[in-house]
Amino acid sequence: MKPNAKQRIWMYEAMYRSRRLDDAVLIAYSEGKTPVFNMGKGPLPGEMHQSFGQEPCAVGVCAHLGADDAVGAGHRPHHVAVARGVNLNRMAAELFGKVTGLSGGRGGHMHLYDKDVNFFCSGIIAEGMGPGAGMALARKMTGKPGIAVAFVGDGAANQGAFHEVLNMVGLWKLPFICVIEDNKYGVSVSKKDSTAVARNSDRASAYALAGEYVAGNDPDLIFEAAGRAVERARHGEGGTILELETERLHGHFIGDSGAYRPEEERKAMIDPIPMYRARLLAAGVLSAGEMTALEAKVQHEVDEAMAFGRSSAYPQPTEALEKLFA
Amino acid sequence: MAHDHGNDTGRTFTMARAGREAVISEMRKHPNMFLIGEDIAKLGGVFGTAIGMAAEFGTARVIDTPISETGFIGIATGAAMAGMRPVIEIAFVDFIGVCFNAIFNFAAKTHYMSGGQFKTPMTFMIGYGGGYCDAAQHSQTLFATLGHVPGIKIVTPADAYDAKGLMHSCLQDDNVTIWMVHKRLWGLGWLGFPLPAALSEVPEHDYTIPFGQSRIWREGKDVTIVGLGLTVHNALTAADQLAAEGISAEVLDLRSVVPMDRDGVFRSVAKTGRLVVADEDYMSFGVTAEVLAVVAERDPSVLKAPAVRVAYPDVPVPFSRPMEEFCLPNVERILTAVRATMQGFKR
Repeated sequence: MKPNAKQRIWMYEAMYRSRRLDDAVLIAYSEGKTPVFNMGKGPLPGEMHQSFGQEPCAVGVCAHLGADDAVGAGHRPHHVAVARGVNLNRMAAELFGKVTGLSGGRGGHMHLYDKDVNFFCSGIIAEGMGPGAGMALARKMTGKPGIAVAFVGDGAANQGAFHEVLNMVGLWKLPFICVIEDNKYGVSVSKKDSTAVARNSDRASAYALAGEYVAGNDPDLIFEAAGRAVERARHGEGGTILELETERLHGHFIGDSGAYRPEEERKAMIDPIPMYRARLLAAGVLSAGEMTALEAKVQHEVDEAMAFGRSSAYPQPTEALEKLFA
Repeated sequence: MAHDHGNDTGRTFTMARAGREAVISEMRKHPNMFLIGEDIAKLGGVFGTAIGMAAEFGTARVIDTPISETGFIGIATGAAMAGMRPVIEIAFVDFIGVCFNAIFNFAAKTHYMSGGQFKTPMTFMIGYGGGYCDAAQHSQTLFATLGHVPGIKIVTPADAYDAKGLMHSCLQDDNVTIWMVHKRLWGLGWLGFPLPAALSEVPEHDYTIPFGQSRIWREGKDVTIVGLGLTVHNALTAADQLAAEGISAEVLDLRSVVPMDRDGVFRSVAKTGRLVVADEDYMSFGVTAEVLAVVAERDPSVLKAPAVRVAYPDVPVPFSRPMEEFCLPNVERILTAVRATMQGFKR
């Protein structure tokens, strides 16, 4: 099913929200890190894996999900969290390590959790696969509605957890979708140098799952393929490996120049957001005025979220010792 | 089907049966509790932890998995985050090597990393220990490996009464809990007839034993022997012999590795003035050092002699019987240690 106008506007808006958040984070990240770059300095310290270019994957899938569903993301989670509807203010505050953050500053950018929308992360490659499938198992065992989706990168398809979990997803026909965001790189090693098959979706046949590859990093095409996977999961027809070609427009994390990538490859990358913006305007889905108003609204939300995160208080140091056990 | 040894007519239970009774009782009360692991539905668990459960609860709640520990532990964790209460069977603690990431990087940290939003109520049933020539990859104890990671509670009962009570405590807890039993205490004929002292009367009703509460098996005034699991029984045998030598030994069973009953340990050592710790885990960075640290940090002046550790030497478990026997924290080594402490400080 092709996305209707409302769904396409929602997808653009969520992509734009993620992008403007990443833009703001990129600027704030540099604070305190000049003239000498030290990852641990500044208001936004630590590793920062941003989502520039990968936004279509998150919106094309999450457009089909509702309150009963669960979503897991990996170490590069911002676009998925935004598309899933994670509380933006509390997410920004978590990036700043503030007491108002989703986890009160205990998690950080690779460990975003929002129980209100059944969202979690794992910073270890492929390790979100099991918990995602477990959330699907819980729904199947209790007869409750809902499916689970785990987002991983193409590098995760070479981890043991990926294969162990997908075998059980196929064996038990769990309502689960493994979304592989194929950005063609695991840090500096390219997919063609690390992976024996061109398409990880081909591995679906090993686990009696459906497998689908979507080229082009196109929100509309991703939406259609994700819709098919979600329908299969909701109707008890089992799981899917949905591999989505995408682009990592920036380095692995802020500070990685990506110099290991061939120049022609970098030049050929297309930013999906201006592309989609132009398409919606050309198709008359949004007028120029409506587009401007939508973008202004989203920018305001992002500004508010960043201000909320920045202005919130740090946790008391001794709060580090709380919440180990329930 | 695995076989239980011991008295099947009265309420004198093996530890496997005692733990099983707790799991069955809690599963009857909690429809969201399920058992998952290898060889549990048809075999009843390698160590008899799940005998009869598939017949009662069906294979939808007693789930035989493929040999994919990292996968099914991750799945169990996700199910727990979604409101289920998985009980996970891992026969040999050695196998945590293939799934440790799922345990220590995800399950144990989820409550903390999520700021308390997601709970992970899940209980592992794990066998450990050697003494039956199973060599380096099926004989380890690994309390310290697991206990070092914040976010996991670990218990190890020494008799059937404690096995049931501690299992109820684990199953009722909303965190990652590990219920570990020494393989020679399970009560399985093929691992040797169980020690009589590990069989005990088990009340029919449900009861809990608090985490972090040690148990004094034998009171004494000259030396405290701290043990856990099988070493409690070695310490008790040693204490009998020491009594004949005129040495009064107190035997303290930690029961919980995490949290550890530091107050109980210190209270006993302050009374006796001497400390021997017996543990089948590797010596370095382990339970024995942690127990000694309690005394060193609180008041080492209570000691009338250097404390002595009787632990596994820092080598993999050898296969050949004489070499393995040499390494185990057996009665002879405990006796030697206690006799050494009776010599006091050499100044």
